[in-house]
Amino acid sequence: MLVLIGRRIVMVVAVVWAAATLNFFIPRIAPKNPIAEKLTQLAGTSGVDPTKIQEMSQAFGARFGLDQPLLTQYLRYIGDMARFDFGQSITKYPARVSDLIGEALPWTLGLMITTTLLAFLIGTLLGAAAGWYRNSKLLSVVSPIIMVFSAIPFYLLGLVLIYIFASRLGWFPVSGGYGLTSVPEWSWDFAVEVLQHATLPALSILIASVGTWAIGMRGMMVTVQGEDYMTFAEAKGLKPSRLFYRYGMRNALLPQVTALALYFGQIVTGAVLVEIVFAYPGLGSLLLDSIKLFDFPTIYGIVFILTLTVALSMLLVDLLYPLLDPRARVGR
Amino acid sequence: MTTARVETRGSQQAQRGPAWLGETLGYLRRNPSMIVGGLLLLTLVLFTGLGRLIVDTNAASPLSAPPAQPPGPDVPLGSDPQGRDILSVMILGTWLTVRTGLVAGALGVAVGSAIGLYAGYVGGRRDKAITWVVDVLLTVPAILLLVMIAAVVQTELTSLGMALIIAALAWRRPARQVRSQMLVIRNAGYIEMARLSGLGPLRIIFGEIVPNLLPFLISSFVTAVSAAILAGVGLEAMGLGPQNEPTLGMTIFWIMELSAFLRGMWWWIVPPLAILVVLFVGLYLVNAGLDELANPRLRRRA
Repeated sequence: MLVLIGRRIVMVVAVVWAAATLNFFIPRIAPKNPIAEKLTQLAGTSGVDPTKIQEMSQAFGARFGLDQPLLTQYLRYIGDMARFDFGQSITKYPARVSDLIGEALPWTLGLMITTTLLAFLIGTLLGAAAGWYRNSKLLSVVSPIIMVFSAIPFYLLGLVLIYIFASRLGWFPVSGGYGLTSVPEWSWDFAVEVLQHATLPALSILIASVGTWAIGMRGMMVTVQGEDYMTFAEAKGLKPSRLFYRYGMRNALLPQVTALALYFGQIVTGAVLVEIVFAYPGLGSLLLDSIKLFDFPTIYGIVFILTLTVALSMLLVDLLYPLLDPRARVGR
Repeated sequence: MTTARVETRGSQQAQRGPAWLGETLGYLRRNPSMIVGGLLLLTLVLFTGLGRLIVDTNAASPLSAPPAQPPGPDVPLGSDPQGRDILSVMILGTWLTVRTGLVAGALGVAVGSAIGLYAGYVGGRRDKAITWVVDVLLTVPAILLLVMIAAVVQTELTSLGMALIIAALAWRRPARQVRSQMLVIRNAGYIEMARLSGLGPLRIIFGEIVPNLLPFLISSFVTAVSAAILAGVGLEAMGLGPQNEPTLGMTIFWIMELSAFLRGMWWWIVPPLAILVVLFVGLYLVNAGLDELANPRLRRRA
């Protein structure tokens, strides 16, 4: 058990290190230095004070130690990443990238965690019911529809929802995390506004991912139903609800939890694009703004943080798994 | 024990050959999702194939039509604010998007299977090392790496160039899947037989293993194509796609960028969404059908 956890932690470190290393080398493969390039471009187009540009390129030169050998640069860079020091944003200079990310991260995590948990819960229950009551007319109509929805990417569904419910019907705002004129504060009105803006992004993730959980759970439920202990429990005369939850779902749930760990990457990818579609003030929108303005330090910071999020969530699931499965507690 | 298993395997193999076609047809009849999915994809192929013959796709470039026109006699599906004829954009865009998926998917499955076959065949320490690296790389969300690569090479990117970038990451999942299939097959009796009769590793892999993995590889290819299109359209929607080619994802980028929703330009919004939904659902249904073909256990359960 401890060995397993140790191996998992090594894996997380390796993943984050791989992401940081790719972060470091990919821009250096490019024929030109993108940062210098964009700074000059910025100076030419946006009429920024030339002395400020000078100051910025010096700051970046010093930060990347561009005059030093590659290995020194690399080690310094890895050290910075380990301390979450991503440097300063180019477009919002002198704002620190870590501050920009800190502002956006709660929006992203709030949206992602809520929708993932809800989708997992609803999808798993639905799939369990579909596998259990295979003669139900309602479920045989509903489940194929939900599964087809699972084939559509989150953001496409988001665009469809915007078109129908925001653009046509006007029930929800088209974009943003809160009203254009309001200022974030801890008040009832603002909370309602935030919920209103979050409904469509959350729904697009929910509708598209419920099916994924339902498919897996239905398959497992059918398999579990064929097990001997189910026949025995039924013969003992246990209540149907106890059979369903304690005997059926409890056992069918295990592969679902494993699947959850593998699904995080997809959720992050999906959520980033959903945020972009809805101009939701999270990391996705920050990423889009940074891409448009060639703000490389911010892009790399976001990529690093999101990779870290995925790796840590996988670790969390791995640590929780033994609570569900006694066999994993014993270990080998 | 081993010899008995080899014999039964052998006789099954011999029977499968001639009955293959009939089995496929009968299977299609029992498998509606495959038919519906196939029809959806066929519609798109006909749309872009015939469309390119009938409609002048030069109108897909900006300034070739009056800007922001609703559908009318001159512009059957209307035009966007930059003066692209939407019908031409859709015809050309569908083709470009599908081509990106096919190229990236094919490269990904080819490279991935090669790695997976190698790792699964040699086994031992080398297999462990390869699997570990693939696992680490699989954890990093593809779109984030793609964003980094695409952001660096952004200017002068073509849609084929983007297919190559996507292919650079598309090999990971096929590698993982093929390797785990190899582990199952490697110990099968007929592989033992082939080894004992003195066949070399290459002849065993390509003569004995690959034919048995074929249904699996086809299903893996469809998944890879679907994932590649997903990644491609996602990158393009962020504005990281080819700037001078009217792909479906770039259309979505412009829809958001030029706030088509607030301007109520439904004729610009609906076509790309509809085509992409048909494309993804079609691929999903075909893949669900192929899954059953590749994995007979699912067939019996259904």
